[in-house]
Amino acid sequence: MQTLRRAFADALELLWSMDSALLEIVGLTLQVTLVALTIALLLGIPIGAAIGLARRLPGRAFLVPLIYTGMGLPPVVVGLFTYLLLSNQGPIGGLGWLFTPAGMIMAQTIIAFPLVLGLTMAAVQSVDPDLPIQMRALGATRRQVALTTLVESRIGVTAAVVAAYGSIISEVGAVMLVGGNIEGETRVLTTAIVLETRKGNFALALALGIILLGLAFLTNLVFHRLQVRQGGP
Amino acid sequence: MRPLILVLVVLASLAAACSNDPSEPEILRLATTTSTNDSGLLDAIISDFEDEFNARVDVVAVGTGQAIELGKAGDADVILVHSRAREDAFVADGHGTARYDVMYNDFVTVGPVDDPAAVAGTALASDAFTAVASTESTFASRGDDSGTHSKEISIWESAGIAPDPNSSWYKSLGQGMGATLNYSNEAGAYTLSDRGTFLSQGESLPGLGVMVGGASIDENVDPALLNPYGVIPVNPDKGNINSELADDFAVWITSAETQEKIGDYGLDTFGQPLFYPDSEAWGSR
Repeated sequence: MQTLRRAFADALELLWSMDSALLEIVGLTLQVTLVALTIALLLGIPIGAAIGLARRLPGRAFLVPLIYTGMGLPPVVVGLFTYLLLSNQGPIGGLGWLFTPAGMIMAQTIIAFPLVLGLTMAAVQSVDPDLPIQMRALGATRRQVALTTLVESRIGVTAAVVAAYGSIISEVGAVMLVGGNIEGETRVLTTAIVLETRKGNFALALALGIILLGLAFLTNLVFHRLQVRQGGP
Repeated sequence: MRPLILVLVVLASLAAACSNDPSEPEILRLATTTSTNDSGLLDAIISDFEDEFNARVDVVAVGTGQAIELGKAGDADVILVHSRAREDAFVADGHGTARYDVMYNDFVTVGPVDDPAAVAGTALASDAFTAVASTESTFASRGDDSGTHSKEISIWESAGIAPDPNSSWYKSLGQGMGATLNYSNEAGAYTLSDRGTFLSQGESLPGLGVMVGGASIDENVDPALLNPYGVIPVNPDKGNINSELADDFAVWITSAETQEKIGDYGLDTFGQPLFYPDSEAWGSR
């Protein structure tokens, strides 16, 4: 109980002091997460919509379970895979991305992409299947059909964004492996929490956890406002 | 719907089969450092203890800082760590009943084989650290309050240098020894490592070599690089402590028989022991 109380006091004090090291960690956390999320959205939404609409795609019986499996990729395995790719001995080691934010963004994009893809696909599929047929009959192009269906399924697509965001901002295994948790360079909130826990600074670790949750809540508040404006729940 | 239920039933019964354990061994919670675990020593010796005492040892391998905190909070029954000053304080403050010598090994300064700071063969770690700092060669620090990190800080202090974690050459990782060595191998950095972890990971670290400390502990002439480990049963006052089994563990790991196994571990693989027995029972055998 004492640790918990001290943690809340520490969290408030940390926030109040606007400690520059903390700001750097929060800034990098947001930067890595948002860049990875943006890339995952730019790739995942169009491809997810395309697969969702192509109901008679050959290989679909294999592809859909594959995407669902990808939605549950263990972050630490993604981290390991990215690490091996980016290592000096790895195929793209020449990029020099290991232990840099670029490498962390790459790993988190790999985690977020199947989530966006799968949930967008499911959202698009939940739209009345007659809609695309009618639109086509009325002379709409494929692109117009896809866009309209996406707009119809916007609430589900926003859920995809929220799920992907939540999974990567709270992810620790991949960013720890690929980023290396280097102070002032690749340390983010989750890896800082692991470190402080390992040091036995439980109150500080919990304080960082509270800040992480607060950050996630604030961002989700924004997403929710967007959803409400679209007529969602 | 029926196939789905079938799949769930099969998965659930698989899970039940895996968790079904007929005998009920007593549980000992051992908080120890990553070095004893990453080196493979505990895996090699601990099954003897489990068989002899019908116990199951739950090993929590963390930095010395957290291992000590786990003991203080009563979340571990016994701790096996390497940071002498903090161990003595732990016992003096009444968190542990007594500290017993278990074993020792040594630290080495490792670095990239092309050696930009030209420190290969330096006798004293503090001289090597001075050269690394003055050439601003990349140095990877554990940065996690572990026993190895404490040792690194004391070497910087004896060199009269206070490295700034925000400088471009000093990288404070906040990770375990294995991860720090992997980083150093990839990034071409110097670092301080216990010899055991460095040797046991050697094959995956082609870019690193020993700079200070020689090929074995006999060649290590820097007394500051000695690395003693101690075992401390946690004070039963904290409640929920399996004190009897913790004492058994301390007696067992310091017994001449176990000490011999500790001294033998690593001989066939690395041509030298990773840990040297050091207990009272071993000394007077």
